[in-house]
Amino acid sequence: MTKAFLGTTAAIAMIAFGGAALAQATHPDTGEALSENQSFSYRLLDQFPTLDPQLIEETAGGHVARQMFEGLLTQNADGTLRPGMATEWSSDDNQTWTFTLRDANWSNGDPVTANDFVYAWRRAADPATASEYAWYVELSQIVNAAEIIAGEMDPSELGVRAIDDHTLEVTLNNPLPYFPQMTVHYTFMPTHQATVEQYGADWTDPENIVVNGAYILDEIAVNEFFHLAKNPNYYGADDVIIEEITGYVINDSSQALARFQAGEFDMMDSLPPATYPRLEAETPDVAHSVPRLCSYYYVINQSESGNPALQDVRVRQALSYAVNRNVITDQVLQEGQAPAYSFTHWATAGFELPTIDYSTWTQEERMARAAELIEEAGYGPDNPLELDLIYNTSEAHRQVAAVLQQMWRPIGIEVTLSNYEWQSYLELRGNQNFDLARGGWCADYNEASTFLDLLTSNNSNNDGKFMNEEYDALLAEAATSSDPQPLYTQAEQILADEAAIVPIYHYTQTFVLDPTIRNWPFDNAENNWYVRDIYRVADGS
Amino acid sequence: MFATKTAAQDLAEGQAVRGRSLWADARARFFRNRAALVSLVILVLVAIFAIVGPFISPWRYDEIDWNVLGQVDTAGRPSATHWFGTDRTGRDLFARTVQGTQVSLMVGIVGAVIAVVVGTLYGAIAGYFGGRTDNLMMRIVDVLMSVPYMFVLILLLVVFGKSMIMLFVGIGLISWLDMARIARGQTLSLRGKEFVEAAVATGVAPLTIILRHIVPNLLGVVIVYATLLVPSMIIYESFISFLGLGVQEPLTSWGALISEGAGEIVNGTLWMLAFPLFFFVVTLFAFFFVGDGLRDALDPKDR
Amino acid sequence: MIAFILKRLLIAVPVLLILIVATFVMMYAAPGSPFASDRGIPPAVMANLEAEYGLDQPFLVQIWRYISGIIFEFDFGPSFIYRDQDVNDLIAQGFPVTLTYGFWSFIVAVLVGGTLGIVAAVRHNTWLDYTAVGISVGAQVLPNFVMAPILVLIFTLWLGWLPGGGWQGGQIQYVILPVIALSTSFMASIARIARASMLEVLTSNYIRTARAKGLPMRRIVLRHALKPALLPVISYLGPAFVGMITGSVVIDVYFSTGGIGQFFTASALNRDYGVMMGITVLLGTLTILFNLVVDLLYAWIDPKIRY
Repeated sequence: MTKAFLGTTAAIAMIAFGGAALAQATHPDTGEALSENQSFSYRLLDQFPTLDPQLIEETAGGHVARQMFEGLLTQNADGTLRPGMATEWSSDDNQTWTFTLRDANWSNGDPVTANDFVYAWRRAADPATASEYAWYVELSQIVNAAEIIAGEMDPSELGVRAIDDHTLEVTLNNPLPYFPQMTVHYTFMPTHQATVEQYGADWTDPENIVVNGAYILDEIAVNEFFHLAKNPNYYGADDVIIEEITGYVINDSSQALARFQAGEFDMMDSLPPATYPRLEAETPDVAHSVPRLCSYYYVINQSESGNPALQDVRVRQALSYAVNRNVITDQVLQEGQAPAYSFTHWATAGFELPTIDYSTWTQEERMARAAELIEEAGYGPDNPLELDLIYNTSEAHRQVAAVLQQMWRPIGIEVTLSNYEWQSYLELRGNQNFDLARGGWCADYNEASTFLDLLTSNNSNNDGKFMNEEYDALLAEAATSSDPQPLYTQAEQILADEAAIVPIYHYTQTFVLDPTIRNWPFDNAENNWYVRDIYRVADGS
Repeated sequence: MFATKTAAQDLAEGQAVRGRSLWADARARFFRNRAALVSLVILVLVAIFAIVGPFISPWRYDEIDWNVLGQVDTAGRPSATHWFGTDRTGRDLFARTVQGTQVSLMVGIVGAVIAVVVGTLYGAIAGYFGGRTDNLMMRIVDVLMSVPYMFVLILLLVVFGKSMIMLFVGIGLISWLDMARIARGQTLSLRGKEFVEAAVATGVAPLTIILRHIVPNLLGVVIVYATLLVPSMIIYESFISFLGLGVQEPLTSWGALISEGAGEIVNGTLWMLAFPLFFFVVTLFAFFFVGDGLRDALDPKDR
Repeated sequence: MIAFILKRLLIAVPVLLILIVATFVMMYAAPGSPFASDRGIPPAVMANLEAEYGLDQPFLVQIWRYISGIIFEFDFGPSFIYRDQDVNDLIAQGFPVTLTYGFWSFIVAVLVGGTLGIVAAVRHNTWLDYTAVGISVGAQVLPNFVMAPILVLIFTLWLGWLPGGGWQGGQIQYVILPVIALSTSFMASIARIARASMLEVLTSNYIRTARAKGLPMRRIVLRHALKPALLPVISYLGPAFVGMITGSVVIDVYFSTGGIGQFFTASALNRDYGVMMGITVLLGTLTILFNLVVDLLYAWIDPKIRY
């Protein structure tokens, strides 16, 4: 009896308290009424392999790291830079960069210092860490990074030092105007040295982890879910509205969509193939499609091991012209992708697309030209050119490959499709054991060179072995130029003239998002989102 | 999935050694079993569908109908142009179902034949020689029973890439162990029979005796077991296809079509699931009933 | 009896060793690497990774390290993909989940399937029999990867009664759908087997005698017919158990239960050598143990068999 009574009073107290809280719960800037339920949950396609910022090498872990760790800089909703741990950054020559750090604490109360960054960056490059993303440190041109990774120098030789607790200085091999952009990446997030050293590989377990971001890991069950709670020691904790984050691992996309529609979570991307148009039509406030800095293309093997016909530019052009990209974007994928005639994604910052001739033709004109070219090269429907096409297992890749096969058949190119699991596919592609191979490339930072560098002669990821001296020279010049954009445009023109690859489309990120979640960074083309920026409004507002 | 195991059990325990005159008897019994008879007719129809289908289908199985692509939800419904509708990529589902039926039946039959041939020979040899040979050979079977085959097959397919041959052989080899046990049991009782002893006395080589005298007498059991194995093989294949390790595009199979169709449930395009699933279910039903019918016919314990 | 068990367990050791070596050879021969990425890892980084995991050692050293690790420290080594976990952790997390829904599926399959089969046999050639046979054949041929999405569609999306996935420590509402999806086809098999063997037993002489004496049918079935009729069902349990463990990959993929089935394909696809080997050993051991248990159970029920 007493117990029940106590329960009732508690409930009344709760209501009163809750009511009081509710009265105050409006967004400080917009004045929207906030929901009592400030939680955010989303679906992950796959379990992330690790939460250690220096070891992460894929997007799912990257998203979680972005909530738990804060690097020198972060991004605004539109992808522009905003202060993170660093409040100011500057360089006179784009080669020596100085970052000034704010007063902030780790979740265990220790202050975040410049030394935490020095430790983390050295750790990323250190062979003993064996990070798959060590190459990113090298890519950023920090002095001695390459030598450290190769084991020729001690990690302490890395070109980064703490002048004092609040000042970090980075020295690069070459001037790199976009270096600050690169510090947004998870590889460059700080880690807490004492914790890492004490617990080793277990330091990211919920009971051990120390973070400097807005949220902290609370619970994790591999292949099932993870849960993050708000970090009260975060410097901006007062402005953080969402209290907790849950991620559910759901491999099957259809199953995930059914659960989203049943209201089990707030956001999912990687929608099942062909569902987007229907979702968009039925629930336009839930389904979204935004540009994403990735390009989908087919690699043409121009090395000795490929079909010799592919060294003939006419054959390559015919391959490219015969592809009706609008069919692929508008009828197969239907997620708002843009037909691609260039390698660099159209939304890349500052990039200006050259006028590529065949992009302005009608498909009939392209087909006619393709047929002419292939005939000149000595092939045709009566004497078809036989090529092997490889792609990695995925429903969307399968559909695109099947459609391409049918598009090439009329001009006399017969392709045999083979799909391989990711690891085998990478090995085949990396060893040039193919004629045509699906390729997808996502920007590491928002600048055209992240795409174009891939096709330079000495790039290890240039799997088609496209070799062009003029192209190499242009990109070498662009690397140090103060105005590289015209050079990028010229480079794209070469790719089109030489038909170095078959560009297919520029990605979009399609996802469904509960409409009560507000302030989502739709304009961030790198798909970097920070839960601390979003909030949930009360129903009906 | 493993219904065949009981059949195997029954057969291993029964005394199936009978003279040839019983075949006519068995046939009569089989034809009295209405369910089995109907099932047999269904199987024949499905086989005709698989063989004749490509000739009557106006579409090739890999041909895309560009008018449908992009509006499969509406234009891809079953219609006069596309009898079974189209799949997500605008390909005619009738043509693809025909193609899938060919592949699935082939996997089922080839797999069953491999299992039966390997199992029968192995079991007959073990049973015929008896003694130490028998003991050793059957120990090996016991040992192999503890290998998680499906997992090993998955590993093989992943590691060495997909291939039709690997699929046939892999699936066939999963099931030969039971066949070996059954064949051995039968052979043991056959060995004491006069005709075998006569052959031994006249100096016929052991292998010849096994092939000429033992194996033909195992035929009844083998046929029943094989009939029940085919549906298991088809089910295994569908599981492998679900995992994405089945046949290569643009070829397909029932498992692949069903798995794709199941993924389309959210889009409401149910025909993509319904047609292949119908053929799959009906065929498996028929195989089970024919198998049961054959067992009853060849094993005339009055039920 | 004890000698028999010991003998079986002794055979298990070389079997497992052969299995380990064979899998090891297979993964050694496999194309691709756990660390491959489309970002093209520089050779120096790749070398560091391989050194970290001992992949730079000669084959015999690698395999000896692996086997001795298991024998002397019961350590199955690190996962090559989940950098924060080792194989022992992953199996310790996932296996109880698989075992839990596997166990309940097993119980449901045996109880429901057995009952269905026996009722069908006792009411032979009535509508009850036909219905039971129809249902069980139908359930047997419906693949669980079709059933799982249909279950979610009905119970999660339309009715909203049950969550469409997750595990949450095995709360009852999270267990129901996986158990239905996993148990159905085995339940159907058991029903068919139980029906066939019950029919056979019911026509045997001793049952006829019992009926002639005028014993009530119920008592005949429960007292005299049940035990012998269950023998074939028992010998089916071994394969059924192995089939359920294999089938758990579908459950884990569709219901995100976090069991080990997930790893069957994922570990091989990602070339996560550590997990792949761990799963091989685990499945091999389970298969051996369960076959042994089934044999013992069989001997216990069938007095004709002595070990």
